[in-house]
Amino acid sequence: MTSVSININGVQKTAEIADNTLLVDFLRTEARLTGTHVGCDTSQCGACVVHVNGHSVKSCAMLALEADGAEVATIEGMADADGSLGVLQKAFQEHHGLQCGYCTPGMVMSAADLLKTNKNPTDHEVREWLEGNICRCTGYHNIVKAIQSAAAEMRG
Amino acid sequence: MYAFEYVKPKDLDDAVALLKNHEEAQPVSGGQTLIPTLKQRLAAPTQLVDLKHVHGLSGVTHDNHHVCVGATTRHMDVEQSDILHHHIPAVAELAGQIGDPQVRRRGTIGGSLANNDPSACYPSAAMALDARIHTNSRMLMAEDFFTGLFMTALEEGEVITRVDFKIPARAKYMKFPNPASRYAMTGVFVAQFHDEDGVRVAITGASEDGVMRHHGLEAALNANFHADAVDAVAISADGLMSDLHGSAAYRANLIKVMTKRAVSAIQ
Repeated sequence: MTSVSININGVQKTAEIADNTLLVDFLRTEARLTGTHVGCDTSQCGACVVHVNGHSVKSCAMLALEADGAEVATIEGMADADGSLGVLQKAFQEHHGLQCGYCTPGMVMSAADLLKTNKNPTDHEVREWLEGNICRCTGYHNIVKAIQSAAAEMRG
Repeated sequence: MYAFEYVKPKDLDDAVALLKNHEEAQPVSGGQTLIPTLKQRLAAPTQLVDLKHVHGLSGVTHDNHHVCVGATTRHMDVEQSDILHHHIPAVAELAGQIGDPQVRRRGTIGGSLANNDPSACYPSAAMALDARIHTNSRMLMAEDFFTGLFMTALEEGEVITRVDFKIPARAKYMKFPNPASRYAMTGVFVAQFHDEDGVRVAITGASEDGVMRHHGLEAALNANFHADAVDAVAISADGLMSDLHGSAAYRANLIKVMTKRAVSAIQ
């Protein structure tokens, strides 16, 4: 067992864990943040995407110990301080960017990373960026619409 | 996953000592292949030696003839490297086609070369660009480095530190990706040099032995660097992979098509 300390959505979480603990398992079972999902568990589907030090990664393909001392952002941190939905989340809701919702946390975290560096992406760039996020319900059209709408709102 | 101990040395000598002193120790960098492999219990290392924190193994530099990429440089850093965009844009483009953005944020060039997956992209660039692969103890030419399916000349406890790509006059990588995994069903890296190296064509994703050069294509393109020159070259399906994604004959055809596309893009 090894001690790990990770800042998750602004809150420091410290625990003794087995070295082979995946980041996604740490988030879900130790930190009790179950918004981050495990879909394929083979690092293809992107349901487990979170930000580590500001960049999106697949938390099922990373050890919790690799994030020791890092800042991690999960879907739970995307809502505003009063608990109401953030801009991207609201856009997914308004544009019907989800049906079953299983992939949505990963989609939102992935999109948030894109919009940090590319504030005005083309539809093609959005689709390319989402290559590692699989949705089996929507056919992606409304996800792209939601992200473009959020991007426009963020640009003001 | 089986249990293991995770260690993150800061110094190359410490990393090498850890790998040499523990028979079942395994180096890890981005872990984008290794961690899924561990999850399937296809490997059981006793120690994971994380090379990401070892000083001096990351970054892109260049001299007159080579672009030098540190082993723990991530795919996305290669994709966005100004030096590569200026000197060998084909390598930056290749990196941008690996996996997906999240994989490119973690995966590293050293890990890809050391794993030598027969469908990985980087080995083709290393072969076509006559790369020098540096390790903690020696330097190997790419052609001597890749020795077969998932096999390299690396010895136990030996780690890649840097790869130097020879700067070509022009180059292009064309990949036919598997739509699910994004691995190359066949990828062709064509490079043209204005010295005795001439044209070099390296192919990944096709051969049962992993990355290979194709001397028939090279001869034809040395005589006439034009996509039409590829038509006359016979591509044998012998020794090519046959699996649920495509037959050997299908891959032989892909070699021709991807080579023509690469040459068309730069001729």
